[in-house]
Amino acid sequence: MSVCTLRIDERDVAIEAGSTLLQAAREAGIAIPTLCVLEGLSPVAACRLCLVEVSGSEKLLPACITPVQEGMQVHTATPRLQEIRRTVIELLFTEGNHVCAICVANGHCELQDLAVEVGMDHSRLPYRFPDRHVDLSHPLFGLDHNRCVLCTRCVRVCDEVEGAHVWDVGWRGEHCRIIAGLDEPWGAVDACTHCGKCVEVCPTGALFHKGDTSEEKHSDPGRLQALVHARHHRQWTP
Amino acid sequence: MPESFPDLEPVLQRHGRQADGLIEVLNHGQELYGYLGEPLLRHIARELRLPFSRVQGTASFYHLFRFTPPLRHSCLVCTGTACHVKGAGALLAVLAGEPLAERGIELGSVRCVGTCSGAPLVVVDGAVWNLQTSTALLAGLRRLEP
Amino acid sequence: MSLCLRVCTAASCRSRGGEDLRQALAAVAGSSTVVKGVGCLGPCSEGPLLELETASGVGHPERQLFGNLPASDPAALAALARSLRACAENPKAPAPWQPPAGQALDLNHPFFRLQRRLVLKHCGRIDPESITEALAAGIYQQLQRVLEANDPAAVIELVRRSGLRGRGGAGYPTGLKWATVAKMPGHEKVVVCNADEGDPGAFMDRTVLEGDPHTLLEGMAIAAHAVGASRGFIYVRAEYPLAIARLRQAIHQAEQQGWLGTAIAGSRFNFEIALRVGAGAYVCGEETALIQSIEGKRGMPRPRPPYPAEQGVFGLPTLINNVETFANVPALLRLGVEAYGGGTKVFSLTGDVLRTGVIEVPMGTNLRTIVETMGGGAPQGRTIKAVQTGGPSGGCVPAQQLDTPVTYESLQALGTIMGSGGMVVMDDTTNMVDIARFFMAFSREESCGKCVPCRAGTVQLDNLLCRILERRANPADLEQLESLCVMVMDTSLCGLGQSAPKPVLSTLRHFRGDYLAMLSPEATP
Ligand SMILES: Cc1cc2nc3c(=O)[nH]c(=O)nc-3n(C[C@H](O)[C@H](O)[C@H](O)COP(=O)(O)O)c2cc1C
Ligand code: SF4
Ligand code: FES
Ligand code: FES
Repeated sequence: MSVCTLRIDERDVAIEAGSTLLQAAREAGIAIPTLCVLEGLSPVAACRLCLVEVSGSEKLLPACITPVQEGMQVHTATPRLQEIRRTVIELLFTEGNHVCAICVANGHCELQDLAVEVGMDHSRLPYRFPDRHVDLSHPLFGLDHNRCVLCTRCVRVCDEVEGAHVWDVGWRGEHCRIIAGLDEPWGAVDACTHCGKCVEVCPTGALFHKGDTSEEKHSDPGRLQALVHARHHRQWTP
Repeated sequence: MPESFPDLEPVLQRHGRQADGLIEVLNHGQELYGYLGEPLLRHIARELRLPFSRVQGTASFYHLFRFTPPLRHSCLVCTGTACHVKGAGALLAVLAGEPLAERGIELGSVRCVGTCSGAPLVVVDGAVWNLQTSTALLAGLRRLEP
Repeated sequence: MSLCLRVCTAASCRSRGGEDLRQALAAVAGSSTVVKGVGCLGPCSEGPLLELETASGVGHPERQLFGNLPASDPAALAALARSLRACAENPKAPAPWQPPAGQALDLNHPFFRLQRRLVLKHCGRIDPESITEALAAGIYQQLQRVLEANDPAAVIELVRRSGLRGRGGAGYPTGLKWATVAKMPGHEKVVVCNADEGDPGAFMDRTVLEGDPHTLLEGMAIAAHAVGASRGFIYVRAEYPLAIARLRQAIHQAEQQGWLGTAIAGSRFNFEIALRVGAGAYVCGEETALIQSIEGKRGMPRPRPPYPAEQGVFGLPTLINNVETFANVPALLRLGVEAYGGGTKVFSLTGDVLRTGVIEVPMGTNLRTIVETMGGGAPQGRTIKAVQTGGPSGGCVPAQQLDTPVTYESLQALGTIMGSGGMVVMDDTTNMVDIARFFMAFSREESCGKCVPCRAGTVQLDNLLCRILERRANPADLEQLESLCVMVMDTSLCGLGQSAPKPVLSTLRHFRGDYLAMLSPEATP
C-alpha cells in the first residue's frame, strides 16, 4: 500500500494513495460540509458543498471525488469557500419549501445542520415558493417533493444497492424531480421491494416513514455503509 | 395510442435491443406514433430490459420528446439569438393572445434552427417561414386548414 | 457554350425556395449544361442563390453569382429557365448573362474576396449528395495517402505542429488530444464527432454537414487511423433534418465505395461510423454529457477527470472533436503545415448586419473587417453597438473594440471567447441588459439540473435580471447579481454553468451604463 502525504489546513496527513481529499480531511479530523456524497454509493459531485482550494489550481475541486496527491496543499475553510457554502445552502433553501418547524426530520436533518454549520440564519436570495407535490400512495412511506434537494442518494441506493431502480431523476434543470416508474405514484410501482433504503439515506424529510410526525424521522445512513461493507467483505457485525 | 407496436421492431433489432439505443428508439417511436404514450414507453422499457424510471427519466430530459398527442398543426417560434435580436419576442407576444389551440395549432419555441438569415422566423409544420412580421404570421396561420 | 448551374439547396436557401428553383432549372439541363444542387454559397441573406459557371472553351471559366431569384412564382421561374437556355444555346452569348429577375452579386466584394476557404473548399462547388463528385474533387485522397504511408505518429505530429485548435469552443490543441488518445492502452477506441451545434445563432457546422459531408467523414477516418480507433459516432442535433439526411446518405455511399467499413482502400484499417441524433438538449454538446447521450442516457455531465480520452463512450478511450476541427484535417494534410499557416475560422454572421451568411476567413482577421467590410455594417441609419461571440458561453465585444483580431487570446482578453463561430451583430437600438437576460434564460432552460449552483443559480440570476429589466431593482440587487455570477461560475460542475454568467459579466464590463439606467434606487424587492 503506497501512502500520500499532504497538508490540509496546516495539518499534515498521511493516507493511502487513491483516497479522496474528503477521506483525508476526515482522517485529520477536519470537517468539510457535504450533502450528495454517501460512502457506499457512487459519488456524483453535484451539491458542490465540499469544494476546496488546492494550491496551484485555479479551479475549486470537489473533495468528495478528488484523489489525494503527494505534497498537495489544501485549504478547506477560506472566507471564499465559506461564502460559497452559505450561498449553496441559500440556493437549496430558496429552491424548495423547507419549513423546519413542521418537518418530520426537524432536528435530524442534514440540510438544517448544514445551515447551522455555514451560518445561514436567513437567505439573502428571495424564496421561490415552488408548487410541489406530496406522494402518499405507498403503504409504508411518503415522498414530499417540497423537501427534496435532489441529492439523488435515493436513486443511487435503489439502483446500486437494492438493485430495484424504482427511482430516477426526471425532467431537467429547475424542473428536475425524483420520479418513480413512469412518473407514477410510488405505490403503483411494482418494482419497489419496500426495503426502505431510500428513506434511510435521505438527508432531509423528503422521504419518510408514514407514521412519523414532526421531528420523528431518524435517518441512519450509517446502516447503509455497514450493509455495503458486509456484502463486499463478507463480514458482519451483528 | 395502440397497445402493440410492430412497426418499432426493425429499430429495436437494428440496435440489438441494447440499452444504448434508447434515444434512437424513442426518436423512432415518436416518429411512428406521434408521441410517447405510456403503453409505448412500457413496451420500449421491456424490449430494452430497462427500468421504467430510467426510460421515463431519459425521455423527459430531452425537449423534443412529448407525452401527449400533438395537435394537427405546430408553430414553433425561433427564439435563438438572431431571431431574438430581430424581434421574436414580439411574435410570441402576439401569438400568445390568439386562440391557436382552438384552431388546432400548437404553439412552441425552438432555440435556433440554423438558418438565422431569415430571422425572425417560425417553423410551421416543419417548413421555415422567414422574415416574419406579426401580421404576416397571423395571416399565414389563418390560412392553415383547421 | 457549356454552363454549370449551381443552385444552393442548403437549409437557408431551401427555406427561401432553393429546391423549387433547382427543380425549375433542371429543365435547362442538356448536353452542355449541368444543373446541380450544392451546399451553402455564402451570402444567405440574398438567397435563393444561383452560381453560373460558363466555359467558352478558351481561358478560365467565368463565375457569376445571382441572388434573390424567384422561387415560388412559376411564371418567373419559367422566364428564368428560358433565359438560361438561350444563354446555353448561344455559342457567343453576350457575357455577362443577366437574369430577368433577381440581381447579380459582385464576386469581387470583400465578402468573397477576403475569404480563405479551406474547410469550405468544396462547399457550394460539389453536389453533396454525390460521392462521385466528392471523389472527383479529391476528397478521400488524403485518407488514401495516410493509409498508404501508415504512420499514425507522423500524422499526429503534423496536426500538433500546425497548431490546430478545437473549433467547438474550448480551443484545446487538437494534436495534443490526438496524442493522448493514441497513447491510451487497449485495442478498442472510439472517435466522436460533435455535431450538436447548440449555440443559438451559429450554423457553421450545419453548413459543412449539408454542403460537404464527405470531407467530415474523411477527417474522422484520418483521426481514427491516427489514434487507433475502429468505431465512430456522429452526434447531430435533431433540429438539422437536412444535415441528418445528407450524413446518412454520405455514410452509406462511403461504405459502398469502401471508404468506410473493413479493409478501407485495401489497407488493414477498419472504421465504421454510426449516426446518433439528439433530441433537443443544448447541454449534450458538452463532451461528457454527449457521451451519456450516445449511451442512451440523460445528458448529464460528469466531473473530469477522467477525461473522455481516458474514459469515454462505453468506458473506452474516446477522441471527441467538433465538425469543423475534423474538416480542417484533410486541408491541413493536403497543404502541409507551412502552406496551411494559421488556418482559418468559419463564422456565421447574423443579426443587425446588411449581409448575413457563412464566411471562412484567415485566423486573426479583424472583427471590423468581418462585420463592416465583409458584412456591410449595420442597416441604414443605425450603428453597431456590439458583436456577440461564443453564444451563451461568450460575451459582447463593444463597437470601440472592433479592431480586435479574432484569435483565441484576443477575444478572451476582452472577456468573451472565440466560441464555435456564431457572430451576432447588435445595433444601437439593442439594450444589453435584455441580451444578458436572453442568454441567462437560455442557460436556465438548458441547465441539466445536476449541480446546485447552475440549477438554482441560473434561476435566481434570471429573476434578478428580469427585475432590473422591469425597473424594480436597486443598486444592492446589482451587487448581488455580480457576486452570484462569480459564485455560479466558480462552483458549477460543467462548462454550461461555469460560463452561463459570462454574457452578464461581459455586458456589465462594457455596457454598465445600460444596467445603471434601469436601476431605481428606491426599489425594494
Ligand atoms: C454547454 C456546452 C455546450 C457545448 N456545445 C458544443 C457543441 O454544440 N459543439 C461542439 O463541437 N462543442 C461543444 N462544446 C464543447 C465540447 O465540450 C468539446 O470541447 C468539443 O466538442 C471538443 O472538440 P474540439 O476540441 O474539436 O473543439 C460544448 C461545451 C459546453 C460546456
Ligand atoms: S453546470 Fe449546469 S449543466 Fe453542468 S452539470 Fe451543473 S447543472 Fe448540469
Ligand atoms: S459532497 Fe462533494 S459535491 Fe456534494
Ligand atoms: S436564431 Fe432563429 S434560426 Fe438561428
